[in-house]
Amino acid sequence: MSDKLVIGGRQIDSRLFMGTGKFADYRLIPEVIRASKAQVVTVALRRVDFGTPEENMLKYLPPDIILMPNTSGARNAAEAIRIARIAREAGCGNWVKIEIVSDQKYLMPDNFETVKAIEVLVKEGFIVLPYMSPDLMAAKRMAEAGAAAIMPLGAPIGTNRGLKTRELIQILISEIDLPIIVDAGIGRPSEAAEAMEIGAAAVLVNTAVATADNPVLMAEAFGLAVEAGRKAYLSGPGSTQRFAEASSPLTGFLRNEESEK
Amino acid sequence: MTFYDEILRLKDTDYSAVFERVTPSQIDSILAKTELQPLDFLALLSPKASFALEQIAQSAHRLTLQHFGHTILLYTPLYLSNYCVNQCLYCGFNATNDIHRRKLTLPEVELEAKAIAQTGLQHLLILTGESRQHSPVSYIKECVSVLRKYFSSISIEIYPLSTEEYAELIDAGVDGLTIYQEVYDERIYDQLHPKGPKRDYRFRLEAPERAGQARIRAINIGALLGLGEWRSEVFLAGMHLAYLQQKFPEIEISISFPRMRPQLGDYRPEFHVSDRDLVQSILACRLFMPRAGITISTRESAELRDNLIRLGVTKMSAGSSTSIGGHTDAKDSIGQFEISDKRSVDEMRQTIAKLGYKPVLKDWHDLSWGGKKDNETVSIS
Repeated sequence: MSDKLVIGGRQIDSRLFMGTGKFADYRLIPEVIRASKAQVVTVALRRVDFGTPEENMLKYLPPDIILMPNTSGARNAAEAIRIARIAREAGCGNWVKIEIVSDQKYLMPDNFETVKAIEVLVKEGFIVLPYMSPDLMAAKRMAEAGAAAIMPLGAPIGTNRGLKTRELIQILISEIDLPIIVDAGIGRPSEAAEAMEIGAAAVLVNTAVATADNPVLMAEAFGLAVEAGRKAYLSGPGSTQRFAEASSPLTGFLRNEESEK
Repeated sequence: MTFYDEILRLKDTDYSAVFERVTPSQIDSILAKTELQPLDFLALLSPKASFALEQIAQSAHRLTLQHFGHTILLYTPLYLSNYCVNQCLYCGFNATNDIHRRKLTLPEVELEAKAIAQTGLQHLLILTGESRQHSPVSYIKECVSVLRKYFSSISIEIYPLSTEEYAELIDAGVDGLTIYQEVYDERIYDQLHPKGPKRDYRFRLEAPERAGQARIRAINIGALLGLGEWRSEVFLAGMHLAYLQQKFPEIEISISFPRMRPQLGDYRPEFHVSDRDLVQSILACRLFMPRAGITISTRESAELRDNLIRLGVTKMSAGSSTSIGGHTDAKDSIGQFEISDKRSVDEMRQTIAKLGYKPVLKDWHDLSWGGKKDNETVSIS
């Protein structure tokens, strides 16, 4: 069965996207990527030290991945745009994850500023994946502005609280004709599987892997969970019932009157 | 309304009465909460909470790991000038101290910058004494224009400025402000600052707000521990931090815990702050403000700093010198205070890595990187 995820003209074989923050050692990152089989990897431009080879995180990334720089630290559209341009000029390609946060307490994304940034960056040829609060109208505006996918949060970033926004994400999956990638808040592989089961196109994980006692093993677990969740979604799970369903129906004695005619 | 109104409101807090009422089960229930209220924070600073220090430390460690991961940001101070018109009783740069006064020339600033940049550090904190004659805003601006070629983030720790002056420096490339109130207890503040513009408690207290209005990216505050009773001082500093987060949600806020160190002059701190007290302060702040940065400088010993890494700290200075020209030639100059942790940046990086953390040298990107192009539309409405 063919089940391909295509974003910005690129075919993506793994539906697990990986973040690179919070790791104790950059040398862990290639191992984590390998174990998770992730293909799309996001990197905060603010942390990339282009001038110092051993501090340049990009040097630790396997060559066959799709690099998705993010605009972490941007407080408004103008800063996000500037960061995206710097990343492209520095040779990071034309993918960008827009991350605009004007609230440092909860780190909630600013949907309004994000729409503005998408409008500008899409016109400049970027493949734009916006991180957002799962709101249908905002997602529609982002789609209209030319976003390549929509990345709603499952819970506030870094909280490992799971798929708290499930109902809202479900609506985006139903209504938005773009890949919906659950970004932020996923703390356990089971939660990643849950997101995939309800039809998310992919899941992005960082904190849950980076802060695990064994990040490489956890990365592998997430890879498997995302694959399992996707297969479950594709297989069309039976609907859940509140009560057990008797295999000998109670109304079986009622004859089909139609067929007797 | 400013934080000064908040100080007035908190002025009559009966700390000992609050501490008296704290119970062990209250500490347990505070540790189970997801968001702490000011009274919870105060309870964590109480003498009774010190009996649950290990339990509090475990919570603080988990919370820090969750929000910051295994990372410690490194920065270093660069002293530009030690001219000062103030007479802070506890400071080595006190105007009445007979020390060699000087300020760096721009070529000297560049030499210092090169020496620091060679260590790999990208975050710089520049400092001056308070002298609008010798180190005016225009001088600091010139220094920043030299320094931004070498660093991705430049913060200032200088005398308090007006909103317009902060805006001017932000425009020149400054992205962070560090300013310590020194002591929040206004009565002690008056005693310790007998002369000079620093006598104005309120102008200093409201400086972070003015920088916030000027849209600075990051603010770091703190109380100089030892000048006042530490429990109430840390409480007020924490409340200041919470106030700033509420008023300026887009700003990255952090708090320092500078403890008094030996310096030139005969002032000896009135209040003793033990290692245990310092740890309790850091932990309480971490639980009260889970996303705030926590800074610990080379005022503290290498051994203590290494232990603090797992207790909520997110930023550390390294390779520090508190004297003018100290990164290239420190022979002729007396520092503001004595450094305790004298390890080099390289040694710090190795130690942090050994402790299972990533020493982060760069965590911001100068947005003028590569130069702005004429046709670039950075500001859009």
